[in-house]
Amino acid sequence: MIPELGHLALILALLLAIAQAGFPLAGSLTGNRPWMTMARPLAYGQLAFVAIAFAALVQAFLASDFSVLYVAQNSNSLLPDIYKISAVWGGHEGSLLLWALMMAGWGAAVAAFSRNLPLPVVARVIAVMGMVAIGFLLFMLLTSNPFERLFPVPPEGRDLNPLLQDFGLAIHPPMLYMGYVGFSVAFAFALAALIGGKLDAAWARWSRPWTTVAWVFLTIGIALGSWWAYYELGWGGWWFWDPVENASLMPWLVGTALIHSLAVTEKRAAFKSWTVLLAISAFSLSLLGTFLVRSGVLTSVHAFATDPERGLFILLFLCLVIGGSLALYAWRAPEVSEGGRFDLLSRESGLLLNNLLFVAFTVLVLFGTLAPLIYEAFNLGKISVGFPWFNKMFLALAPFLALLLGIGPATRWKHDEPWRLTKTLWIALALSIGMLALASLPAISGGDQWVPIGIALAAWLLFSHLTLVRERLKHKHGSWRQAMLADFSGNGRSFYGMVVAHLGVAMFIVGVTMVSNHEIEKDLRMSPGDSHEMAGYRFEFLGAQKVNGPNYRADQGHFIVYRGQRQIAELFPEKRSYLGGGMPMTEAAIDAGFFRDVYVSLGEAVGGGDWALRLYYKPYVRWIWLGAGLMALGGAIAVSDRRYRTARARRTAPTEAVAAKA
Amino acid sequence: MKARQKRLVLVGLALIGVAGATTLALSALQSNISYFFSPSQVMASEHPSDAVFRVGGVVVPETVARQADGLTVRFDVTDNAAVVPVSYTGILPDLFSEGQGVVAKGRIGTDGVFYAEEVLAKHDESYMPPEVADTLQTAHIDGIIEQTTESLKQ
Amino acid sequence: MSKSLRFLVPLIIFGALVILLMIGLGKDPTKVPSPLIGKPVPEFSLPALTDPERRVEDEDLQGEISLVNVWASWCVSCRQEHQALMALSKNSDFQIVGINWKDDAQDAREVLRMTGNPYAMNGHDPDNKVGLHWGVYGAPETFVVDRQGIIRYKHIGPITREVWEKTLEPLVAKLKAEG
Repeated sequence: MIPELGHLALILALLLAIAQAGFPLAGSLTGNRPWMTMARPLAYGQLAFVAIAFAALVQAFLASDFSVLYVAQNSNSLLPDIYKISAVWGGHEGSLLLWALMMAGWGAAVAAFSRNLPLPVVARVIAVMGMVAIGFLLFMLLTSNPFERLFPVPPEGRDLNPLLQDFGLAIHPPMLYMGYVGFSVAFAFALAALIGGKLDAAWARWSRPWTTVAWVFLTIGIALGSWWAYYELGWGGWWFWDPVENASLMPWLVGTALIHSLAVTEKRAAFKSWTVLLAISAFSLSLLGTFLVRSGVLTSVHAFATDPERGLFILLFLCLVIGGSLALYAWRAPEVSEGGRFDLLSRESGLLLNNLLFVAFTVLVLFGTLAPLIYEAFNLGKISVGFPWFNKMFLALAPFLALLLGIGPATRWKHDEPWRLTKTLWIALALSIGMLALASLPAISGGDQWVPIGIALAAWLLFSHLTLVRERLKHKHGSWRQAMLADFSGNGRSFYGMVVAHLGVAMFIVGVTMVSNHEIEKDLRMSPGDSHEMAGYRFEFLGAQKVNGPNYRADQGHFIVYRGQRQIAELFPEKRSYLGGGMPMTEAAIDAGFFRDVYVSLGEAVGGGDWALRLYYKPYVRWIWLGAGLMALGGAIAVSDRRYRTARARRTAPTEAVAAKA
Repeated sequence: MKARQKRLVLVGLALIGVAGATTLALSALQSNISYFFSPSQVMASEHPSDAVFRVGGVVVPETVARQADGLTVRFDVTDNAAVVPVSYTGILPDLFSEGQGVVAKGRIGTDGVFYAEEVLAKHDESYMPPEVADTLQTAHIDGIIEQTTESLKQ
Repeated sequence: MSKSLRFLVPLIIFGALVILLMIGLGKDPTKVPSPLIGKPVPEFSLPALTDPERRVEDEDLQGEISLVNVWASWCVSCRQEHQALMALSKNSDFQIVGINWKDDAQDAREVLRMTGNPYAMNGHDPDNKVGLHWGVYGAPETFVVDRQGIIRYKHIGPITREVWEKTLEPLVAKLKAEG
């Protein structure tokens, strides 16, 4: 009964979404106010019904209702409750429902937090979001109904893929989808502006916080995915350039370009049509990623069970959404004025270069991801693009981006003088060159050219941003700390957010540089009692024994790690066999540290109590995710800037006044 | 410089950048792609003799043999028409097992053995690499789950 | 390039991308026919599931149109198609032959006892010996074999009403007409 209610709720949500796409838009074009005011209630209503459907599916999982096909395929009565909930989005249908829930949630959030926007703008934005929601709800109802019943009812479910039975992966998809779907807000604002023909600084100011929030979620989502792959796949890698990873990276890259170009559009009213194109592209790439993951056109380690019928539907949907918006762009964008002029040496130029580098990298990633498809389309054979290619492309662009990142924020809008810039940054430059020399010493670089480059670039980012902070506080009163606190609670949040995010980039660079060049990985066979020395650590293998988990059995190895004579960690890597699927899985054991991880992963028993296993030493690997965390934190700080808060305060005031009158 | 000239400089720089990136990307691609061949194609010597390529198929049951060093594994891969012997040193992926699909990446030795640098058995049990599916002209639907019910009863 | 043409570039690029993706979809591996199509069924001999004394062999597929259905008790999608098979088993134009694949005989018999047996005969292939020769990768899969014992079609995944009406039924009718 409850699953049928869920199904019904989805159908009602679809009807509301259709109304949401139609009336407000029609109202905004004909000036019909009542129709426009329908936007908000419809958005709330759609959220309510999608939430009911989602709750119904959660209930089916918690109650282990295996008469629902999707539950039978993705859950098991032995599954711990927390994973029963995360199993809701462990498969195609449920993750689509989660996507729809978030879509409706963002729509309702726009409805709730846009009281100070002109009604026609709100109506258009919500209508565009309704159109996208129609696509997802229809897709679900027509090809991927999560509430489909199964008869006869199986006594037991097939279990959730053991790889997904993990905290990191339980929250990775929601974060990622929040990011993907969040870009739909920027997309909707862009389309609303194109429809209304009014592209101005106000438009950029409205869509900026939304875009940044979506970007923060996407950043966290991608970082979680990378962290999960690192500890759960047992291969010790943190990024594989897998099509699914690329699918999430592309919207992130364009999204990053977008938040920077929005800054120009807001501050200088320049790059307007370019910003709109980026807003369309960021969401389009999110949709394209979905298509690539779910249609089966590309092979990937995380691919959902694929189905060409679904692929065709998504492709059609892509054509309508992306094709439609790009056609609208081609029609309306030529009317947009050019905006503020700027010199070759100016903040605008720097941000333009930033945008070009990000877009260039996106194009390369897209090309590398689709290359197998291109080769096949032209009958050139079946190929795969190795990750060294992606690494090369990254290394070809990233250093320029990092160099620019130190200069750009120090540059003035519109026009700057080379000598002024040099005067500001020379100390930072000198210190970075010093770091370059220091890191070139064989003891630090290990003879690799990239280590000094990476360290020097990170140092450049650190010192140039410290310079910026110093410059900003130079003319303020009081001590450094007081000034900074006052600035922070005043108008400085977006500045400090930027500094934090950019320092996150520096941290990320250090992590990537160190782990890529200094990691050690060794496959070997060990007998109980054996020891192995690696990077100054001694791994002692005490043997393996059988252990039982709630829904798996495992062989558990026992290792003691020594640094010199001192015992620093005891590690228990496991080789698990899940009862529901009989699928084996490696659970690596990691001793995590700020400066290094040591990592043991069991291969297989090779007789006589011996095991084939893999040892890793991963210096600075945490810095990769901490860096990403800082970037997200920076975004969050920037969003809390006073400009956005006062906007909210201003709009709550009149409402209260109205309420008081009533 | 006039505004128009500056714009031209910017556009010119961008074009040079794009052209450079494209050349770089394409030339690097040539050395980083690996072609896929089925065991039948390998037997018919369609594969390159000096380059890394991938071979995929099903691991023939009862051919997986661990060598004396404990880390090297030998096994045969088939597409139901031809068989290629494969040698790999290292830890095999979790989902590697007899009768299952694998893709190995490496090069063929003068002894006719395929020396793999990398062995992939994808980490979703309901997933089949399409190359393998193509080779066998079949795809995988419901998971290669063995004796689910039996293990549950125990 | 005129100014307004410049804004068409993204749309054109997207169009090219869509064409590429269409080709990619068309090349979907599950749509590619099996190499066994048009070839005689591989020789095999399996113990019958319900009666280990009897054997199910390739010769059993001669002289009658057969649907060879690969199934297992652990396979959720097989349960899904079981009802369809039950309905089809009333049709006398063809016989349904089961290959019980990678399964425990006890469990498989239990499923047939509980939900009905649509199969004219069932071979038990617990260790994928026959499945390997048929190129079986997962369950369920269904092969259509004509009266001469030639494999004419392979369906991957459960048989639904749609699959039956659109592909299998016309094919069976054609094979029947071939005589």
